Amino acid sequence: MALQPREKAILALSDGTVVHGFSVGYKGITGGELCFNTSMTGYQEIFTDPSYYGQLMMMTYPHIGNYGTMDRDDEHRKVMVAGVITRAFSHEFSNPLADRSLQQYLEDHKVVGISGVDTRALVRHIREKGVMNAVISSEELEPDVLVQKAIDWEPMEGLELATRVTRKEAQTFQPEGESRYRIAAFDYGIKRNIIQSFLARGCTLRVFPAQCSIDEVKAWNADGFFFSNGPGDPNPTGDYALEVVEFAKASGKPLFGICLGHQLMALSEGIEVGKMFVGHRGANQPVKNLKTGLVEISTQNHGFAVIEDSVTDDVAEVTHINLNDKSVEGLAFKRFPGFSVQYHPEASPGPHDSAYLFDQFVELMDKYKS
Amino acid sequence: MPRRNDINKILIIGSGPIVIGQACEFDYSGSQSCRSLKEEGYEIVLINSNPATIMTDPIMADAIYMLPMTTDSIKEIVAKEKPDAVLPTMGGQTGLNLARDLEKEGFWKEHGIQIIGVDIDAVELTEDRQLFRDRMEEIGIEQCRSRQAHSLLDAKEIKEELGGLPIVIRPSFTMGGAGGGIVWSEEEFDQKVLYGLEMSPVHSVLIEESIFGWKEYELELLRDSNDNVVIICSIENMDPMGVHTGDSVTVAPTQTLTDKQLQILRNAAIKMMRSIGTFAGGCNVQFAMEPGTDRFVAIEINPRVSRSSALASKATGYPIAKVATKLAVGYTLDELDNQITGNTSACFEPSIDYVVCKVPRFNFDKFPGVDEELSTQMKAVGEVMSIGRNFPEALNKAWQSMEVGRDGLGADGYEEINRKTVRERLVKPYWDRSLQIRNAFKLGSSVDEIADITKVDPWFLQQIEYMVSLENRTEGKALGELTKEELYELKQAGFSDAQIAWLVSKSGEKVTDDQVRTYRLGLGLKSVFKVVDTCAAEFPAKTPYYYSAYEGENESIVSDRKKVVILGSGPNRIGQGIEFDYSCVHAVLAAKEMGYEAIMINCNPETVSTDFDFADKLYFEPVYWERVLDIIEHEQPEGVIIQVGGQTALKLGKRLVKAGIHIFGTAFERIDFAEDRGAFSDLLIRLDIPFPEYGTATDVEGALSIADRIGYPVLIRPSYVLGGQGMRIAVKQEELERYVANILKTHPENAFLIDKYLEQAIEVDVDSVYDGEQLHIAGMMQHIEPAGVHSGDSTAVIPPYSLSEEIQATIRAYQERIAEAMDIQGFLNVQYAVKDDKVYILEANPRTTRTIPFLAKATQRPEAAIGVKVMLGVKLSEFDLESKLTCWAIKEPVFPFDKFPGVKKELGPEMKSTGESIYFAQDFKDEHFRKPFEFKNLYLSK
Repeated sequence: MALQPREKAILALSDGTVVHGFSVGYKGITGGELCFNTSMTGYQEIFTDPSYYGQLMMMTYPHIGNYGTMDRDDEHRKVMVAGVITRAFSHEFSNPLADRSLQQYLEDHKVVGISGVDTRALVRHIREKGVMNAVISSEELEPDVLVQKAIDWEPMEGLELATRVTRKEAQTFQPEGESRYRIAAFDYGIKRNIIQSFLARGCTLRVFPAQCSIDEVKAWNADGFFFSNGPGDPNPTGDYALEVVEFAKASGKPLFGICLGHQLMALSEGIEVGKMFVGHRGANQPVKNLKTGLVEISTQNHGFAVIEDSVTDDVAEVTHINLNDKSVEGLAFKRFPGFSVQYHPEASPGPHDSAYLFDQFVELMDKYKS
Repeated sequence: MPRRNDINKILIIGSGPIVIGQACEFDYSGSQSCRSLKEEGYEIVLINSNPATIMTDPIMADAIYMLPMTTDSIKEIVAKEKPDAVLPTMGGQTGLNLARDLEKEGFWKEHGIQIIGVDIDAVELTEDRQLFRDRMEEIGIEQCRSRQAHSLLDAKEIKEELGGLPIVIRPSFTMGGAGGGIVWSEEEFDQKVLYGLEMSPVHSVLIEESIFGWKEYELELLRDSNDNVVIICSIENMDPMGVHTGDSVTVAPTQTLTDKQLQILRNAAIKMMRSIGTFAGGCNVQFAMEPGTDRFVAIEINPRVSRSSALASKATGYPIAKVATKLAVGYTLDELDNQITGNTSACFEPSIDYVVCKVPRFNFDKFPGVDEELSTQMKAVGEVMSIGRNFPEALNKAWQSMEVGRDGLGADGYEEINRKTVRERLVKPYWDRSLQIRNAFKLGSSVDEIADITKVDPWFLQQIEYMVSLENRTEGKALGELTKEELYELKQAGFSDAQIAWLVSKSGEKVTDDQVRTYRLGLGLKSVFKVVDTCAAEFPAKTPYYYSAYEGENESIVSDRKKVVILGSGPNRIGQGIEFDYSCVHAVLAAKEMGYEAIMINCNPETVSTDFDFADKLYFEPVYWERVLDIIEHEQPEGVIIQVGGQTALKLGKRLVKAGIHIFGTAFERIDFAEDRGAFSDLLIRLDIPFPEYGTATDVEGALSIADRIGYPVLIRPSYVLGGQGMRIAVKQEELERYVANILKTHPENAFLIDKYLEQAIEVDVDSVYDGEQLHIAGMMQHIEPAGVHSGDSTAVIPPYSLSEEIQATIRAYQERIAEAMDIQGFLNVQYAVKDDKVYILEANPRTTRTIPFLAKATQRPEAAIGVKVMLGVKLSEFDLESKLTCWAIKEPVFPFDKFPGVKKELGPEMKSTGESIYFAQDFKDEHFRKPFEFKNLYLSK
């Protein structure tokens, strides 16, 4: 790798912390909630994961960009993170399958980034102080101005973001070979690998936008309902989304939710969902399945979580917990057939230990198929 | 499932003496395992014949048997101890093989002993290539594609089908696969196939695709009895397939795999582990991946802890052996805590936020005539590990750790770069490949060219190219012209002050590393220390395990306790191995006991001294001047212990003294004095102690005139070496000329000595501790082989078997006289030769030796701890110094000649053994005494 020209960039946090580094990706200014991810691989999947919409993504592994980027690793048609923070950005890459360097990719998607900063110190900072907003700039370089911008940036709490990443029109996906089930899926920021996971199991999906008409959903005549992952605070999203959840519950068919979908299903049963101090973001989170006693190493990405005390016996059973902090990771509902998980069984990136949940949903649909 | 209560007494099988491929990593895993079982209240019975291990220390187990590593020994132990279970996975392949042999005899079943930590069938399955291949096929894990050919025509068709040359030919059912191998040309192909068809009793050959040049990966797994599996670490080999993983530069985590590719390997590894049994424990899986595709093949699986799992433990902070042991006794992963964080689960996959680099250490200089090309048989004798916030930093640190006299990856003035040599060294894999890649870039080669020749993944090459770009930017500038930003970038890339000094000296003015240091400190550039915490800072960590970096935040908080820094012994090599680490560990423990905060600095991932919970603080850093000084300046210790880390630590003494840093124990001037033969001989004359005639020379003429004066044969010895490096016996002038010329090549600045060689003398090696008043003889070892065979290669017997009481008394008197005259405080080793009832001094070493652990085991006295405590001010009168030895203890050396075909077994003043066993003999009829005695003169050469 030849020496890279180092153009200055600044990362400013809303608590006044200012860090100097070098510009990577697109030149400009960007802001959002500063969060970190501990996955050592899968940066492209992470940057395109709609659940990260509007967030500044700091990767804890120093070298990012090593294997470039390629179409098959996109989880969405656009880059979703608002900005990228790394320690040792790889301007050049090695991977014959890749079509672009990460630098080119970020430029093409107009994503502003910063490298050469002490990411570990920042992780420790957030860990102590909690998540906060920040801005990255390679244009304006006056620290005070940037700190003020970070303070003024829209806070994540109370923010409805699903409508910003959802598709505009409903879309149907057909599996190769025989189609055995029809799923109505709601796109709050659905990852490509979720769709792939259902297709691989012989399901046809009709993916509806976050806000859709109940009549259209009804007309699809689904064997099961899926509520996707997505960004933002589930509470405002619930304002419009709970209507379809209620409709699905009333249909008598099984429901399955992942991440934001899990939170929406919980909200619809009167379970509370709150903002976490730091959140779980990485591909090494241990989740224990309380029914089997087995542990799955899971991919996680959430800043909100179900509040355990609000889960009452009459509505749901906690099926999965996080082994690190014992937080709720999965629910089985009692008043309708359905279950949901806070983490990401579709992985991408991360281990495939939890892929069985897709099979479990297919089995459930099978059971309720008339 | 919690702890098993149906077993109480567990037998652990150790790995025996250090050999190439099986080194002190098994002491690390074994001692972790012992401590782990102890915590659980199990009774531990242990067999290991290696005295230089921490695991054979009395605190580690309830009953320790230092017997030969044979099935007979185990039977003897079982008869006496009646254990309920055996844990064979901590002792390398030695442990597994012994367990398997006894299983075949039905021994375990017969005695009602359960095997824990592994399924014994898995051992068979993973060792037998055909069984392994069949099993992998069954579960759908791809192997190298291959087909049987019965004619040359067949073979040619198959070759095309498999993608052409290079290709591997394996004749069926020939002895040891004779006639097989990789072929690179059409001509060779025809020849080998025809030959193979003829040779094969069934007249067929297997044509197999070659995976030479594929990328190589390793995954470290843990599984519990509930079948939960976690991957602790993924490792990428920088050297592609074709070089043994133990000889490869390896990097953690993987750098060039996409997540989808990594998950393919993860899924396959889990499937493979599940396919070889249901045991709870550790496992290592190796894969090869075709560059530019998602295609991979499984290479092998090892159902035990390994060298790689030791590396993975140090690389991530996750104590694999400890956890594997808990799993073997019934716990499941979710029941265990991550001890690093203290409050998260052990059932997870570590995430790291730094780059780890392992570089193997070779010792080819000891074996003239050995084939230095790296291949699928391991040749390395040790390794270093380094941690950096980026790959360049880790790689530079690794070269600073290696102790091959380098200040980093080149840029230190040592080589003349010659296009032809660089090319030759890159076409085939050699130990210095990463350095030659740097040289190639220096000559203007491109990433593509080097990738084409070496098959090293371009990402690594890009990183080295970046390092060279930094060199080029710096070269020719004066020190004062370097901006803070430029210097910071160099330091972040791991460049040492010495490298920078060399680069800026090219502008004309000679700059020293000290000047660079002063300049950079003036700019406010100093290293900070980061924590190895298994979780990339997601959770607070409890363990004080640090590495240095040039970054914003420092995490190593300095306490207000009194501190001592202990310098480790660096990579294992012949002459300096586990024995020194043994003393380092005891130095740590002794300092802690005396109320000091014990701070360890070392860079050898195989060692116990770098286990995260021995020292109060562990700095996993090169034992290299600049890095050591950075830590000392940060910690401000009361002083430093340099006498337990071999030459690695000792050679930093001079600069420590110059920097005004206190050295515990014997004053450094006295340590240095012992190396100055002239001054030392003057002292001996004053003390009336005889020594062989000698002279000091700096060139061939000088050497010859000394030899003429004192008479042949003579012994040539350079100063400041360990393990007798470069030492030779010359019987005539031509030999002397040749050896001296060699020494001048490798040690140009050093004066060297020409000693009169005492033929057929008895060598006696005495370790002792002196506190200024009293001398404690730790042991007087009489060698079976004559003087001239290096003490490390000799069979040593304690107590002496044929020395008269009078001679022993003389030796004791001499030892005391020297200790007093040299003002020793702590260890003193003196080597003597006895000829015609006269005692001569050969050399004195005021430091620990290889034999301290042997003596500790023989006498059951904590010799290392005694010495260190005396250094820290305790008087010998405070110890119980009684020896418990009631028979003869024999130290038996182990040699690597079987690994180096074409190298003759010859013993001389340069050490060649890799390890040793201890054996307790009741009388001289014992074959462990008789045999070496019979052959004592046989191998003496030069």
